[in-house]
Amino acid sequence: MVAATFAEISINNSMNRKRLSVIGIIIAAIATFSNCTKMIPDMINPANGLCGAVNLSRAQSVLFAKGNDRFFAIRTAATGLGPYFVSTGCGECHSSDNRGHLFTILTRFGQPDTNGNRFMAMGGPQLQNANLPGLMPQRIPPGATSTRLIAPITAGVGFLEAVPDSEILAFAAANATDPNGVRGHPNYNTIPAYATPLAGAIPRSDGKYICRFGRKASTYNLAQQCANAYNHDMGITSTLAPNNPYNYLDQTAPAIAPTPEVSEDDFNAVVFYVQCLQTPVQRNAVNATVTQGNQVFLNIGCETCHKQTVTTGYSSIAALAYQTINPFTDLLVHDMGAADDDHYTEGTALTSEWRTTPLWGLGLAPQVQGGKVYLMHDGRAHSIKEAIQMHGGEAAVSASKFNALTPVDQNALISFLQSL
Amino acid sequence: MSMYKVLPCCLALSVFGTAQAQLDSSLLRRRSADTAKSTLTMDAAYNRPFLKLGKMPVSIGGYMESNWQYVGTSGITAGNQFQFRRFSLFVASSISSRVKFLAEIEYENDPTGDPADAHEGGQFEIEYAAVDVELHPLLNIRGGMIVNPIGAFNQNHDGPKWEFTDRPIAMTQMLPETWSNTGFGLYGKQFTGDWMFGYEFYVTGGLNDSIIDNSMGKTWLPAANANPSRFSASASGAPMYSGKISLRNSKIGELGLSYASDIYNTWQVEGTQIDDKRTARILDVDFNTVLPKLHTSIVTEWAEVLVQIPPNYTQQYGNKQFGGFIDIVQPIFKGHFLGWEHATLNLAVRGEYVDWNVGNFTSTGTRMYNDLWSVMPAISFRPTPQTVLRFNYRHQFQRDITGNAVGAALGLTEGYSLGLSTYF
Repeated sequence: MVAATFAEISINNSMNRKRLSVIGIIIAAIATFSNCTKMIPDMINPANGLCGAVNLSRAQSVLFAKGNDRFFAIRTAATGLGPYFVSTGCGECHSSDNRGHLFTILTRFGQPDTNGNRFMAMGGPQLQNANLPGLMPQRIPPGATSTRLIAPITAGVGFLEAVPDSEILAFAAANATDPNGVRGHPNYNTIPAYATPLAGAIPRSDGKYICRFGRKASTYNLAQQCANAYNHDMGITSTLAPNNPYNYLDQTAPAIAPTPEVSEDDFNAVVFYVQCLQTPVQRNAVNATVTQGNQVFLNIGCETCHKQTVTTGYSSIAALAYQTINPFTDLLVHDMGAADDDHYTEGTALTSEWRTTPLWGLGLAPQVQGGKVYLMHDGRAHSIKEAIQMHGGEAAVSASKFNALTPVDQNALISFLQSL
Repeated sequence: MSMYKVLPCCLALSVFGTAQAQLDSSLLRRRSADTAKSTLTMDAAYNRPFLKLGKMPVSIGGYMESNWQYVGTSGITAGNQFQFRRFSLFVASSISSRVKFLAEIEYENDPTGDPADAHEGGQFEIEYAAVDVELHPLLNIRGGMIVNPIGAFNQNHDGPKWEFTDRPIAMTQMLPETWSNTGFGLYGKQFTGDWMFGYEFYVTGGLNDSIIDNSMGKTWLPAANANPSRFSASASGAPMYSGKISLRNSKIGELGLSYASDIYNTWQVEGTQIDDKRTARILDVDFNTVLPKLHTSIVTEWAEVLVQIPPNYTQQYGNKQFGGFIDIVQPIFKGHFLGWEHATLNLAVRGEYVDWNVGNFTSTGTRMYNDLWSVMPAISFRPTPQTVLRFNYRHQFQRDITGNAVGAALGLTEGYSLGLSTYF
């Protein structure tokens, strides 16, 4: 009787253990499924990264997502890459929509003055430093001057496109009496036939328009910028730029793609994506050193060209219209002196004139430059301090004022610039 | 009779019919994997559970892998994903006592992150179909569609053998995953006491230009898998040489050294040279052992890929890659569990690292990054040795070539997966 009872207890214990095991497994499974969403990495803090769009409608978000996909897609020979190219995708020069790295630096050649490029028949205006296997490398033609250009930051460019000409002209007008000799002016250039004038465009009497993109501010709008980037940087043809880059040394006819290598649909999505990228966000804006640096920035005259506050005008994308932004640029070209003169230019800018580089996102440069910084148009400056000291020409006075600052003020200014 | 009446009848018939009309079970003799006999990784293709059909000289077997996963990178996730990754069917035939044939037909849908195959979905393919002719234990001829002996994982990749739902990144994405090709070769084994030695050497078709021209934007040997003509035409016209030597001591473990070399590019057209010949080489070392007393299983494999890159080509495509993994599996329970006689519960962890672009930028002299590391703890339950239910957590960190780790597809990846895999 007792033995039977022990046996029953043993069986009951065994069954209870089995039940407990099963219940434990079920509870663990439910807990896992219900909590897994809380245990993946957080979204990137917008202040620390450049990923993200402005406020968009659902339909716009779909288009933005498509553009994002195409922007970071890698091109191959089978999908139109080359035959001469610099990079295989937009994202290679603009990792996370940031500025470029020296390994994808561009070389442009063939225009020594404002009378246009003299070497278009020999592959101008851009040298594609890479080519598909088996082809001859491109070379800068004898006699052509050239410059090397590091890719600028992509984030926020849609807002720059929405800045009205009237505001750019106002910045230029204010320069006329600048006591330090700042004389920035717009780069007027002939716009391509496919370009629709921007809202509020104010053309010059000779039919040229104020251009604003590129290191020389020679590109009119983001559609032209994207068409050129596809074509010059990746060797991808579009309806806007239908001819492939070629190498005169190969002595073959330029390769003309029978159909555009980027579809109209994809191209428009990429342009929309670029337009709708959010602006960089300043970090530590209320930090005492940063605010001190901001004051130094004003005191030594950086603000004259690197305009902190700019207001956009009308845009067909509501989120871009009539917004106050902090790009730290006036979108004008300025004479930066002999040391910055590569004897190459675009549009009507002189060879020593460069567009004021937007400083937003400057502090995020090390993220995409291997923990270092490569500043100025060709990456020649390896620190913010070096970059400031390399400013010549119209910025020479500000540079000398910087050199005269106390180390504390210099460091405060650098901290401020790193916060951008 | 309406469909509503036919359907339940069919279901009932199928249930009861199965119970009552099942084939005589003695006709289906299961031949389990021979775990008692010492084997090398090179034996993996035949060291699987097979079902033999009576006295027919044919055995069949296979495995499947299915899983759920929830993974996110930088706060972005595709949510709950239910994936049927593989269904593989093998058929083995003993043509004579010293001539045997094995074929493996596989359905695979295991996205590797390559945008080019992201939308293609699952694919059926013949992964292996080769005949082995034994002349001597040290001299066997193998011919047909073979799996090149590039590392241990390439040879021994069946899902049910592993405690992780994901395959090692370096062994499947840096090396060409389950790389098989048409060719011929020799292999053999020799036993002496506790020692076992094996070798393999094959000449096969090879890679192609896509390894340095692909939608991943990096040197990517698996891109050659997408070449539909690789089973009938070699891109370079030169054979790919691959070989492996293995040394096993029953008390220490097994060490394998693999080497493969291939002229991968199409360098001539219609007899005219249009390009230089360029070589891809792979050097791989693997080791596995089981610690005595603790029964801890350790499996590790590391490889280096060296690819000649054309001059004036983007440095996105690296000329050197390095990566590998280590798995540590610790059984914590063996025995009777929920009615299973030989159940096993394991704790495991996998560490892995891949550097897709070893070296420095020519423009700056600074390091090219483009690397990732991952740690993946796991718990697995095996009701039988042939079936595994596994739960994994992945913690992975990835940088692009510039060192950028802040981006939608960069930085920290974390997530869970629950997978079921079994031989049948």
